[in-house]
Amino acid sequence: MATKHCPMVAAAAREAAQQPTKDRGRRQFLQVVLGGGILASLASFIYPVLRYVLPPPAADLGNDSVLAGTASELKANSAKIFKFGSRPGLLIKTASGEFKAMSATCTHLSCTVQYRSDVQQVWCACHNGMYDLAGRNISGPPPRPLELYDVHVKGEEIYVNRKQGA
Amino acid sequence: MKNALRVIACLFLLTWGAAAAEKNVCLDCHSQMEAPLKVTPAEFANNIHAEKGLTCTSCHGGDATSDSDPMSRTAGFRGHIDRRQVPELCGSCHSDGAKMRQYNPSLRTDQLAQYKTSVHGKKLAAGDQKVAVCTDCHTVHDIRPASDPRSSVHPTNVANTCKRCHADGEYMKDYKIPHDQYAGYTASVHYKAMSEGGDLSAPTCTTCHGNHGAAPPGLATVENVCSTCHVFQAQLFDKSPHKKAFADAGMGSCVTCHSNHRITHPTDAMVGSGTDSVCTNCHSKGDAGFQTAEDIAARFRELSGAVDVSSNLLQRAAHSGMEVSDAQLELDSARDSLTKARVSLHSFNVKRVDEDIDAGLKTAQKTREAGLAALKQREYRRMGLLVSLATILATVGALAFYIRQMENS
Amino acid sequence: MRYAATYVRDWLDQRFGWEELIYPLRHKTVPLHRLSYWYFLGGITLFLFGVQVTTGILLLLYYRPSANEAYESVKYISTQVQFGWLIRSIHSWSANLMVFTAFAHMFSVVFLRAYRKPRELTWVTGALLLFLVLGFGFSGYLLPWNTLAFFATKVGTEVPGQIPVIGHWILVFLRGGEDVTGATLTRFFGFHVAVLPGITTALLALHLALVQKFGISVPPRVEDEWSYKPEQKKEMKFFPNFLLREVMAWYVGLGALAALAAIYPWELGAKAEPFASAPAGIKPEWYFLWAFQTLKLIPSRILVFDGELIGILGMGLAGALWLALPFLEPKRLRRGYRLLTGAGVFALVYIVSMTIYGWVAK
Repeated sequence: MATKHCPMVAAAAREAAQQPTKDRGRRQFLQVVLGGGILASLASFIYPVLRYVLPPPAADLGNDSVLAGTASELKANSAKIFKFGSRPGLLIKTASGEFKAMSATCTHLSCTVQYRSDVQQVWCACHNGMYDLAGRNISGPPPRPLELYDVHVKGEEIYVNRKQGA
Repeated sequence: MKNALRVIACLFLLTWGAAAAEKNVCLDCHSQMEAPLKVTPAEFANNIHAEKGLTCTSCHGGDATSDSDPMSRTAGFRGHIDRRQVPELCGSCHSDGAKMRQYNPSLRTDQLAQYKTSVHGKKLAAGDQKVAVCTDCHTVHDIRPASDPRSSVHPTNVANTCKRCHADGEYMKDYKIPHDQYAGYTASVHYKAMSEGGDLSAPTCTTCHGNHGAAPPGLATVENVCSTCHVFQAQLFDKSPHKKAFADAGMGSCVTCHSNHRITHPTDAMVGSGTDSVCTNCHSKGDAGFQTAEDIAARFRELSGAVDVSSNLLQRAAHSGMEVSDAQLELDSARDSLTKARVSLHSFNVKRVDEDIDAGLKTAQKTREAGLAALKQREYRRMGLLVSLATILATVGALAFYIRQMENS
Repeated sequence: MRYAATYVRDWLDQRFGWEELIYPLRHKTVPLHRLSYWYFLGGITLFLFGVQVTTGILLLLYYRPSANEAYESVKYISTQVQFGWLIRSIHSWSANLMVFTAFAHMFSVVFLRAYRKPRELTWVTGALLLFLVLGFGFSGYLLPWNTLAFFATKVGTEVPGQIPVIGHWILVFLRGGEDVTGATLTRFFGFHVAVLPGITTALLALHLALVQKFGISVPPRVEDEWSYKPEQKKEMKFFPNFLLREVMAWYVGLGALAALAAIYPWELGAKAEPFASAPAGIKPEWYFLWAFQTLKLIPSRILVFDGELIGILGMGLAGALWLALPFLEPKRLRRGYRLLTGAGVFALVYIVSMTIYGWVAK
């Protein structure tokens, strides 16, 4: 700031006065470095902004309402596991064609449950826990029922979201 | 006028009649007495029998409405019921199907028959008066249904009821059984599941020993009791070499390794050749079982370690803002495999355990790769930062020199 | 290059009167003395505001202001959008830095006595701008709709609710209802991206115009020195000398922000669950900690009055006095200096120590 007090600057000033050609070259070099630096730094700011404004391929927010599957991909009396937030969910198409969805995390020791088409109930392979189609724990170690989710069928697409209310 | 008088008379009779119906002279005196004769109306009011319309005389006989002679022998007064007669007295109603149907058709009526098969029932028949009879567990006057949380035989209270005798060293000193069952049970996972987890289906004393027909399961049959819930472990165990070995040695299945009452949460350290291992209780270095134990323990450590490594990696990545929720979900299935391996352990067959471990290891590997990829992203960010900082530094430096130069000329 | 610049300048001048417009800027000077470094703070705050507007607009491209989607949209920005993590973390870091530099700028004005006549209105607009910055911070904090923000907002909006007579109306106005809900989120979003920026732009324009009009103030001691020894008086041209130095500072600031964003990315936390109970130890953001801690320390009853109410009214009074600071300087100048400097030192020490206390307290 206080340029007159800085000895280094004073020395440079003397040098500059004594060598005009050297000074010219130095000035040009400095301008190149400055211009280049500004351009490069601006590029390093603008590049991320440009990438940012172009939306990524996955437009899904992954919120509480999830596209769990399509109506045609599931046969009657079968089920699939889908991702619900950070936990697995179970989407069941019952023998009568109705869709049911519930948490797939067993309430005993958190294994992932599966649908058994022979007994038409939800089964946990770890310790033989059984749940009915309403998620109620009916036999084995599970202490609590499976959380049920709401299912909305929109044409071909099946949406699952957490139960509203309360 | 005449009609009014009639109404008044009816009302008078009704109230007098109702009072007469509720009249219970027994309580009038016995509520004032000292223990053991004291019975308060409050105590009696809690009683399921009182709710159903029974009174003191239903068990003790006599005439509750008589002011002059309630304890009349002619009215059937029995006085204090002797302990040896209690089961028969209770059974006089509770074993009578037709009678119980009037009050609660779904109640069982085999309690007395069961009791006669129990240790308590047999000893009572042989003359031992220290053993439990109906009133010891169900209480005498404030008997509530077992489903009432305040009942002494509600699942959450059963252990406390049994311990009144069974944990009393002084009381049990003539019997050849230990009295540490309650202490062991309260340290167990079953107790924790019920008392802390609120799981009413968790086993308590009567779940394994029976309630009315209470008797210890016996070493040969204890596995049947455990396997009512722990199905897979029992099935695998039955196919394992331990089944015959234990039976021949007179060792109980399940309880030899897991204990009967102090069933603590099993840990991986119980397997193998470490200090906490149960395998080394029988097996020693050199025999095949020892080797199997060590192999299985090693595989557990392998998978458990792999899961931890992946979990840490993914945590670090998530903490840096990377999207790793898919990988974290997959890691859960690796944890599932570990849980399954701990069940398949009961086959005591390395190959069988390997099936679960290998599946888990594959998944853990995939998640580890995902975590590393996410962390690589983080490095990419820092590299980008470095580049940007370098350009900024160059610009700032050049600016400084430019200013200097400008102000000198 | 130089020819092109001259051509553009002439073009602009013939159509906008460009030369006339920038004439005062050309001749603007900055006094040079040992305390001149403090003059950078205003510019840095302005720069950070610019960063906020830019990153804020970028965030607006992806953010969704409803209770169902807000958290997910911020998560989306942080994890899916290219460089979204950078924009979001810069926005959060820059917000905190801006509050800090705004406070520092204000305190430097107090201690350098730059609020004196004729700059009273510059002070008033500046103090109002500081309140607006705090409003930005408070409203913006809720927008990710995470647990900490939800409960901090709940606690924070309770405070004005205690004001007698009008308190309840203020609370309902702020929350968009009786409780903190999705309606609060929508409302805070409106405040944060429309209302506050509008008012701030107007006040900022006024503040800068006033600074431009009256020039940079010189501290009284330096003024005295220069009146004795006029040869010691030094000035620097604003354009380009001081401005280039400011640009240097801004570049360094950008680098610092980028480093903070990359090495210490801003956390997202867990999604707010309105019906869950508040986690233990809920605290507001650091710049409100001093007020929060003060209210916590006030006893529940002072004489016959409710302690918290006294605290709130007291803080309101302090704020009003602070706003009117230039008008409070007593006529007897020497005493007045010491009094106001003392008040300034007290305020600074109080705020800093209460912030630290609030930070370490359970």
